[in-house]
Amino acid sequence: MSSPFAKLPAWVDYGLMPVTNVLVGFLIAGLVVLFIGESPLNAVAILIDGAFGSVNNIFYTLFYATSFIFTGLAVAVAFHAGLFNIGGEGQAYVGGLGVALVALALDRYVPWYVTAPLAIAAAALFGAAWAFIPAWLQGKRGSHIVITTIMFNFIAASFMVYTMNKYLKPAGAMGPSSRPLESGSFIPRLGQVLDYFGIKSGSAPANLTFFVALLAAFLVWKLIWRTKFGYEMRTFGLNPSAASYAGISGTRVTILTMLISGGLAGLMSVNTVLGSVHKIELDFVAGAGFVGIAVALMGRSHPVGVVLAALLFGALYQGGAELSFAVPAISRDMILVIQALVILFAGALENLFRPFFVQLFSPNAAIAGA
Amino acid sequence: MDTTILFSVLDSTIRLTVPILLCCLGGLYSERSGVFDIGIEGKMLFSAFAAGVIAAATGSPWLGLGAAMLTGITFSLLHGYASITQRGNQIVSGVAINFLAAGLTALLGKAWYSQGGKTPQLEPSARFQPINLPGAEAVKDVPLLGRVYEGLISGHNVLVYMALFAVPLTWWIIYRTRFGLRLRAVGENPAAVDTAGISVTRLRYSGVIICGIFAGIAGTYLAIAQSANFAPNMSAGRGFIALAALIFAKWNPIGALGACLLFGFLEAVAIPLQGAKIPGLNWDVPVQLITASPYILTVILLAGFIGKAIPPKAGGVAYVKER
Repeated sequence: MSSPFAKLPAWVDYGLMPVTNVLVGFLIAGLVVLFIGESPLNAVAILIDGAFGSVNNIFYTLFYATSFIFTGLAVAVAFHAGLFNIGGEGQAYVGGLGVALVALALDRYVPWYVTAPLAIAAAALFGAAWAFIPAWLQGKRGSHIVITTIMFNFIAASFMVYTMNKYLKPAGAMGPSSRPLESGSFIPRLGQVLDYFGIKSGSAPANLTFFVALLAAFLVWKLIWRTKFGYEMRTFGLNPSAASYAGISGTRVTILTMLISGGLAGLMSVNTVLGSVHKIELDFVAGAGFVGIAVALMGRSHPVGVVLAALLFGALYQGGAELSFAVPAISRDMILVIQALVILFAGALENLFRPFFVQLFSPNAAIAGA
Repeated sequence: MDTTILFSVLDSTIRLTVPILLCCLGGLYSERSGVFDIGIEGKMLFSAFAAGVIAAATGSPWLGLGAAMLTGITFSLLHGYASITQRGNQIVSGVAINFLAAGLTALLGKAWYSQGGKTPQLEPSARFQPINLPGAEAVKDVPLLGRVYEGLISGHNVLVYMALFAVPLTWWIIYRTRFGLRLRAVGENPAAVDTAGISVTRLRYSGVIICGIFAGIAGTYLAIAQSANFAPNMSAGRGFIALAALIFAKWNPIGALGACLLFGFLEAVAIPLQGAKIPGLNWDVPVQLITASPYILTVILLAGFIGKAIPPKAGGVAYVKER
């Protein structure tokens, strides 16, 4: 993309400016807290204590962060190829179906370390499959991927209610959900690992999937910056016509990128279904797919940034839950507000302060550009 | 089908069409000017909240409507500032507005009224009431036509008639006025409009602001005409259905009415079919399939299998005056 703005030192462009944007977002969130008559500083103190105050709280933070790393990576990978995948929510939801099918088939017969790898593969496969149709339509027929992935979120919601009601619901159950899974599918909690060493840490649902998420982040980095396909993705993302001139097939890049993206989103369901709720239930994704958008924007689509942003959002989710207990006026909807402000300032208004920084760091360029 | 059921389905079709139609027409102005608006869902939700709060505080539905329209315009200006002035990503800005609306309305609602995010229940006088058109009672017993007039055409609130009137009005504005011509041009080729000495920025802001006004009316309809208060997330994806309808209508106001009526009808029939069996066979009617059908139809249309939906050419691209 040709930037209409003067160039800035890299540390300002990739460090100072994004941080400023996010801080402004949080500052406005603070004003919202002030507006409903509570103390923002008090809220921040409770939030930090809620997120990091004990090993149990930290493990809750890590649990949420694990989900957000997957959905954040999903959005980030697509961004590199110039694609905006809003469908992470639906892809994660359908990915959960893959997990559930594997787990329901195996959980009574084999130990978890047999079930988990198969479930992980199924999650990625189902998530990718759900991304395939929008990807194919974009690649082959030019249908706008933003619109089709939004549509597929809604279609996923209907499809999953139907499937759970019709095929997974045990006899006599009320809501759409599967039967409770058994221990042959439980991915060990991080707390259990600590228990093994004699450290008591409570019952937080953070589990070994966290390390799968970190591995995924590493592999995404490897893919984007160390493989031929990653190079093709980035070329296509920056300039589709140049990529086509260089012999890169836009259709192939679009479809493969979206399959990877959908697969990553699908993996999110492993964390929730096998790590925490131990069944598949209505709307278990609970917005994690959308948090991925904020995480990817905040992390500037770099896997390291995504992991850090996911940790921050994990802390917000966990700390926000504690905060809503301590200060009922600040309900959990506050997290959604912060998420929105981060998307607004780190995404849509990312160049808001650029002229100011140009003045500050390269005044000559500003004059030359004017 | 029994005619009573038929009439009740058609009647709820109209009720369910109105919010989609208003958003769809609003989105038409915005997208025709070259600004995509994913955030229309959020604007409608914010407006519904504003309408609920102000109507509860003042007891006047008209003040509620005014507040809702102002709210719609405010968030349109935010979207416009991000996507026109700052040349930010229009999709990202829309997504942000949707989350901001979902979060902030629930947060403020819970903090102010402590009713789980709902605004206080309104007295009938604070809501838009059904209007009985002249002669409706008299012709009630005339077969078919009388019943259509009394049961379907008469007996809606003023916002319903506003929405229906907005369809020909929008057609006239878009295709028969200078403003409409320029609006269409700026969505197709902003450079040409700029060369002609017309401000691209001003035209796009007008499109976006009109979109906010429509979203405001749609929100008002949800909160204080169809219901008697605001409830969190009451827009329930209707803004997205409206975007789907807009694609289905190929960005044409008359088509918008047709698409919205179709989607409204699909929503209306899904309700009585809940748990029903397909006659003759012992199968449940797949209600989820009906619920999902607007989205499925839109995807099929986007794929170009039933006609081709071509969006305004410059849609989603910020205009840079000089390179």
